[in-house]
Amino acid sequence: MTSAAPILQVRDLLKTFGAVVAAKDINIDVSKGEIVGIIGANGAGKTCFVNMVTGYLAPTAGSIVFEGTELVGKGPREVTHAGISRSFQVSQVFHSMTVEENLRIALAIAENRGVNALRLMESDALEAKCSDVLRRYKLEPHKHMTVSVLSQGIRKLLDIAMAVVSEPRILLLDEPTSGISVEEKFDFMDVVMGALKEDNVTVLFVEHDMEIVERYVSRVLAFYQGEIIADMAPDKALADNKVREFVIGKRH
Amino acid sequence: MLRDTTSKVVLFGGIAIILLGAIMPNWIVNQLMFGFSRALAILGLLVLWRTGLVSFGHAFYFGLGAYTVAIVDIQLGVTDVFVRLFGGAIIAGIAGFIIGFIMRNYRDIFFAMLNTAISMVLYGIIVKTESLGSTDGFAISLPTIFGIAPETKYPLFIIITMIAMISALLINFYLKTTVGRLTTPIRDNEIRVEYLGFSVAHAIHLKYTISAVLAGGAGALMAMSLGQVDPDSMINWTVSGELVFITILSGPGNVIAPFIGSLVFEVLRTYAFELAPQAWQLIVGATFLTVIFFLPGGIWSLIAKLGRKKS
Repeated sequence: MTSAAPILQVRDLLKTFGAVVAAKDINIDVSKGEIVGIIGANGAGKTCFVNMVTGYLAPTAGSIVFEGTELVGKGPREVTHAGISRSFQVSQVFHSMTVEENLRIALAIAENRGVNALRLMESDALEAKCSDVLRRYKLEPHKHMTVSVLSQGIRKLLDIAMAVVSEPRILLLDEPTSGISVEEKFDFMDVVMGALKEDNVTVLFVEHDMEIVERYVSRVLAFYQGEIIADMAPDKALADNKVREFVIGKRH
Repeated sequence: MLRDTTSKVVLFGGIAIILLGAIMPNWIVNQLMFGFSRALAILGLLVLWRTGLVSFGHAFYFGLGAYTVAIVDIQLGVTDVFVRLFGGAIIAGIAGFIIGFIMRNYRDIFFAMLNTAISMVLYGIIVKTESLGSTDGFAISLPTIFGIAPETKYPLFIIITMIAMISALLINFYLKTTVGRLTTPIRDNEIRVEYLGFSVAHAIHLKYTISAVLAGGAGALMAMSLGQVDPDSMINWTVSGELVFITILSGPGNVIAPFIGSLVFEVLRTYAFELAPQAWQLIVGATFLTVIFFLPGGIWSLIAKLGRKKS
């Protein structure tokens, strides 16, 4: 955990769907450079939290302040413009395009906002950036392949690579290793976290795999029934009685 | 803008057609005028189709363009070809921009049929309004060019071909811009486009307005080529169907495709009608089925395939 001023402040966040309370009393400060793991059983409110921060879901009450700007009421596009990006549990990419085409369009959108979107998309600068992202995310061997024929792991890498081309200050990853084999998960995370470290991005990621959490995060937020039951360093969190009982599923 | 192969083909092909037009028989010049006029509307539908949107009601804009020409001719006595053309395109563009606020929220069959509904409202209004020509429509005076009344249709043919060339070049350029490239991405995954930071609604709105301007221009040119407008040949839902038919026949692969598709359609319909006046639709329908089964990418996919084999 760092002691710098928080770049993300979440206060009294509440989300209800009719009588169902999906998230309540969420209060978090995230500082620049932190790698935060969000853990919890299915239905604990992890993805709901990610969806609220990234503008996909509007909170019922509470506030989300990023770098002094209130994000509640903003949609996904405005949140992206503010400097927060995300990847998805099921990778959200353009399946009938190649890996390279996916990255090119992501880069072009990031660089050509407003009336600049009427400028020619291709440029030497864009090609150079595209090559750099392909290299850093180990996507070069697949760059000419159509996404629909690629494995889940490569799609996930592409999904994350597309999310970071806009140079966000915070990146939220929703279960980055889901659908990736046990043998490949560490290689995958090494590629992702290595590239993100170069970019100096603050990362919050939802994860079920405690080995991944232990190895890559600096702080753990444990969710249970829509509430945060633990906010501490990973070694302490994984030894915490409530976390062991309600998240990991082991009685103390 | 003119560096790629498509632009060069449009430019040199267009100039060649203009020169050949001077020695072509009138009936071919007429077919080319009708084909190129209609192709402008197809160009707009191509932009929408690439985005996964099919409008089954663009006769609304086609008809607006055509009737603008008729009304400015009859009410205001405007004969200048450019005033009529830009008048038709601008009126259709304004209508497209306004209706676009609704259309950008709909997809699939709802998008297709909402356009049909709007076009049928206009059709109904015109059919029931005497001052708008009712079912008979209007005859349109011959257009003038900078105050000069040409004796043949060749000058109008040159203008139509040049407008077709300029439109194809502009759309070719547009399709290479960032917003122009947002066709397949929107069709594939709107959520990702939004999370990349681009408004899908804005992108679709722009495409829709562009398609309305082109359809309006197409209607205006068609009205001047034919010398008359009437609701059945300009606004009825069958006209919208015809535009969709030609779009599929052409294929979405290239901005040249709508011009080839439109000419093929003109020839096909003319000869089908000559061969079987009572059953010409059967020939057109059979052709449509053949294209869907054997050339799902339209005529352009065949040309592209032949081009690849040659190289």
